Amino acid sequence: MKRVAIIDYNTSNLFSITNAIYKMNLSPVTTSNRNKILNCDALILPGVGSFQFAMGNIRNFFLDHTLVEFVKTGKPFLGICLGFQLLFESSDEVEFTKGLGLIKGKVIKIKGDNRKVPHLGWNKVFINSKRPNLIKDESYFYFVHSYYASPKFKDLIFSKTTYQGLDFCSSVKKDNLFGCQFHPEKSGKNGLSFLHNYFKSELNV
Amino acid sequence: MNPKSRIIPKLDIKGDSLVKGVNLEGLRVLGRPEIFAKLYYEAGADELYYLDVVASLYGQNTLYEIITKTAKNIFIPLTVGGGIRTVKEIKKILSLGADKVSINSAAIKNPDFISQATEIFGSSTICVLMEVLKKNGKYFAFTENGRNFTGKLALDWAREVEKRGAGEIILTSIDYEGMGLGFDLELLNLISKNVKIPVVINGGAGLVEHVEQVINKCNPSGVAISSAFHYFYINKINKNDLPEGNKEYLQGKREQTKLKKFSIKKLKERINII
Repeated sequence: MKRVAIIDYNTSNLFSITNAIYKMNLSPVTTSNRNKILNCDALILPGVGSFQFAMGNIRNFFLDHTLVEFVKTGKPFLGICLGFQLLFESSDEVEFTKGLGLIKGKVIKIKGDNRKVPHLGWNKVFINSKRPNLIKDESYFYFVHSYYASPKFKDLIFSKTTYQGLDFCSSVKKDNLFGCQFHPEKSGKNGLSFLHNYFKSELNV
Repeated sequence: MNPKSRIIPKLDIKGDSLVKGVNLEGLRVLGRPEIFAKLYYEAGADELYYLDVVASLYGQNTLYEIITKTAKNIFIPLTVGGGIRTVKEIKKILSLGADKVSINSAAIKNPDFISQATEIFGSSTICVLMEVLKKNGKYFAFTENGRNFTGKLALDWAREVEKRGAGEIILTSIDYEGMGLGFDLELLNLISKNVKIPVVINGGAGLVEHVEQVINKCNPSGVAISSAFHYFYINKINKNDLPEGNKEYLQGKREQTKLKKFSIKKLKERINII
């Protein structure tokens, strides 16, 4: 059975994502250990909460180098929610904080007089990519976030979502890196279908 | 575009059972919450809300077991509340598979608990349950299912909850809850228009039209619904999984004609969100 490293760096509850990986007939390995991570066939970087706190933990666990090392192996790397935002160069949440810098661009606060923050609930994902079969265009996914990522190179944008007039990047794809702002593990059948398609195309399972 | 209003089945829990208050005769046991939860997930619910209505230290372990049994089978957010008083309890509940917690009494007694919890777990994980009753034309926050008057005006409390970093308010109208006569639109507008965090309305759904009305007029972030779903889906549950003694009452046709009920599918078709 193929193994998926789920990075455990003390920022989020790993129950749901672990449960979803079992559902895919894959073997989840929750860890922050370098060797264990590099031995896995795929990697998921989850996360909720503050960017600054999460990056602090990543550095404290010496994970920043390991994550970059994993990306270089060419094996699939999936960032979810805060784990997606951490792929970028920086965030202005609380104060300027450097991210992993795997994708050029930054993370910005959702603003607007009449916009409720966080953006919370099920919203449509508009596919911006020619690569078919991962996500059904205009299907609903579950979001909860107060910041959004803005990639420098727009061709990396895999999908977009609109929140009360704010168009933002809801997923990116760059080589073996995929990141999504929404929570596939919380998005019911649409989310499971995305995870199924993702691992099928990346790991041939 | 707004995210669509979430349809959130709310399950009141006592011990290991899903319960429902029946008029003044107390709580009636409907069955096992995890079985209802799985049905709701499969039927297209957007989120689930478990509220331990008689939360006691004694019953905590039972609730903990139910959370994991439930979370294993559902792939939508699960919010758990009822009697949560400490950061340690929140941590435990999240580790067992819940995604969010709701707090009420502990937050009213010590509003700093909201700040502490959101600092540790992030705003999006911490909801505040507000129980509101109208007294002399003004809305006030209550605790203990409306038995305990806090003296705080509902709007003042909502603003403080927001200021302290909570990610969401679950707004229960005690006057409307269990009546099946529709939602308190005035209360929802009062709170929702004056805070920037999302508000879920709870209490009053008796007809599909009530939900349609509250969504069209107030566009809440979510609508929590209890009996109307429980009494519809109880007919889908294997008789052996129903509590002894209640089977005839709960699945008896004569009694059920009096109960207001509808399915998630019918509701979603009506409000045009799939």
